[in-house]
Amino acid sequence: MTTTTTERRAAVRETAPLLSVRDLTVTFQRHGEEPFRAVDGVSFDVRPGETVGLVGESGCGKSVTSLAIMRLLPKRGNKVTGTVNFEGTDLLSLSDAKMRDRRGRDIAMVFQDPLSSLNPVVPLGVQVAEVLERHRGMSRKAAMPVAAELLKRVGIPDPVRRLRDYPHQLSGGMRQRALIAIAVACAPRLLIADEPTTALDVTIQAQILALLKELVEDTGTALIMITHDLGVVAGLCDEVNVLYGGRIVERGDRHPLFRDPRHPYTNGLLASIPRLDAAGERLTPIPGSVADNLPWDHACAFAPRCSQPIEICTQVTPQLEVADGRALRCHNPVTSGWSGPSAGQTEGDVAR
Amino acid sequence: MLRYIVRRLAQLVGVTVVLSMLLFFWLRSLPGGPVNAMLGERATPDQKARLEAVLGLDQPLHIQYVAYVGRILRGEFGNSSAVLPGADAMDIFLARFPATIELSLVAVTIAIIAAIPLGYIAARRHGSILDNATIVGSLVGIAVPVFFTAFLLKYWFAVKYGWLPVSGRQANLGCTRITKFFILDGLMTREFDCAASALKHLILPSIALATIPFAVIFRITRASVLDVVSEDYVRTAEAKGLTNRVIRSRHILRNAMLPVLTIIGLQVGSLLAGAILTETVFNYPGIGEALVSSFRGRDYAVLQILILMAAVVFVLVNLIVDVLYAVVDPRVRTR
Repeated sequence: MTTTTTERRAAVRETAPLLSVRDLTVTFQRHGEEPFRAVDGVSFDVRPGETVGLVGESGCGKSVTSLAIMRLLPKRGNKVTGTVNFEGTDLLSLSDAKMRDRRGRDIAMVFQDPLSSLNPVVPLGVQVAEVLERHRGMSRKAAMPVAAELLKRVGIPDPVRRLRDYPHQLSGGMRQRALIAIAVACAPRLLIADEPTTALDVTIQAQILALLKELVEDTGTALIMITHDLGVVAGLCDEVNVLYGGRIVERGDRHPLFRDPRHPYTNGLLASIPRLDAAGERLTPIPGSVADNLPWDHACAFAPRCSQPIEICTQVTPQLEVADGRALRCHNPVTSGWSGPSAGQTEGDVAR
Repeated sequence: MLRYIVRRLAQLVGVTVVLSMLLFFWLRSLPGGPVNAMLGERATPDQKARLEAVLGLDQPLHIQYVAYVGRILRGEFGNSSAVLPGADAMDIFLARFPATIELSLVAVTIAIIAAIPLGYIAARRHGSILDNATIVGSLVGIAVPVFFTAFLLKYWFAVKYGWLPVSGRQANLGCTRITKFFILDGLMTREFDCAASALKHLILPSIALATIPFAVIFRITRASVLDVVSEDYVRTAEAKGLTNRVIRSRHILRNAMLPVLTIIGLQVGSLLAGAILTETVFNYPGIGEALVSSFRGRDYAVLQILILMAAVVFVLVNLIVDVLYAVVDPRVRTR
């Protein structure tokens, strides 16, 4: 199984990227405050049909990255630099009108909180149909049956009746399915899912992840999965980018990364997940919070929380270095590897 | 929905009963009272006692109240003693109310047409010069007393330049009366000069009257739009690539209008209850002006009916708003 995955990954790696983010930097500038770089020179690629994870704890810049790609950040109070190349076009230099044509058609997004992300006073059918009306030029009358078809496809029972329902009449899981239906309505080539399961019950989480996986496999849509939950990553992603303090600190294919995390932060994230096969063992949380971060300018931001800092960590900024398909930003990487079970088991146990 | 309306109407009955009680006991607890007002200060205690017996005022209050309710239910609202001596109190209300409705509706329409677009624009350009200027403007609108605005308007446009009439409701043109709504009558009878005259008489008082509802609706619209634009579903709408027009009307305004609707209802309700100051300044024959003259003349029958009806109208308007609310907000409708 591992060989076929590796072969498939090798094939994917050969294809030209669909989305190529280079040196993306988002600086928030509030009046009278120090500018704050929420995203700091992030670069990564997404190839057609690939699922890429952006992983990290709250405040690491993963959501800001996705909003910057979609150009959904507020117009004022921030500065976005770098390039976001989507099929040969730099999205960041498109006009507002051109970007508006692409959003929802070429790139779509699924948000975190399905209740607040749906308009409470507009029937569900209209909220699905309006995307088709906008990008497919359909009339309301023509769009409604398609909307019902989409709801059916994401597993909403009795879809024709549901068209007239309002978001508050649906359960949390159904709402997230509806949001996914809206996102895939125009068969986008790239789907960005920003913590799509965080607001849901654990059982529903698994269903939604299975649905996303199925949609991605059926349609060949590329997926950027933004999450703080390594369980989500384990079940879904081909490649994983671990973000810390607005920068990528480690990147690798899922299996090698899980089997052999090199960055102490990645290692810490994996060690703080409860595991079924290690009953009785204590969980090892990462001490401190993002508030303890050092500025990247002269140090490693993670150094104050690191389990194995050395002197240089607080003096020199570590660079992202690539070797053997693994990118790593660390002066003193974990060498022994994570003494966990094999990747196959990890996937099953960690995925929830 | 129907059950909801019936339930609310039942509540209205309750409100009216409680209010009529309060009103009844309040008026009777005022120093002086109707006997003193009728007989004057020099009446002997014997004269007072006899009149009290005739009027039933020597009975305990609760018995008087029951008698009062009995009269109301038989449609006897009492006769005016000062506003229009001898006239039925209800007739005075019915004659004055259409004038107040006309004035209030025009004023609220002006306020809405100006306030909602401005509120939306101010919110979308949050922090801009336009935003700040309109906020200051609305503050002035709230802070300046209505009678002052009314006086200024009257002085400049009626007295000094003579562009618009100084007072009253319509010029004496011998117009045909059908509904007591003068503009409507003028249009229905094709006496367009009558309609135009009524409209001209409305311009200044309605502008004066519109200042406060304008300021309130503007503020609520601005605050509400500011709230809604940062909602997740507006971001979802943006992520769908929808046009600005659809995002504005379907996703922002439809949600932002919910609190605005409530405030419009409250404003209409209080305007209909009588625009006392404006009507007095322009000598406009509406409820507010009648309220002032009935109070001045201690015309208890008229005062009682005016206050009671004002309350009923206020509650009815809010019932209509609540029903509208349910039409606009599915969360209320399908709970």
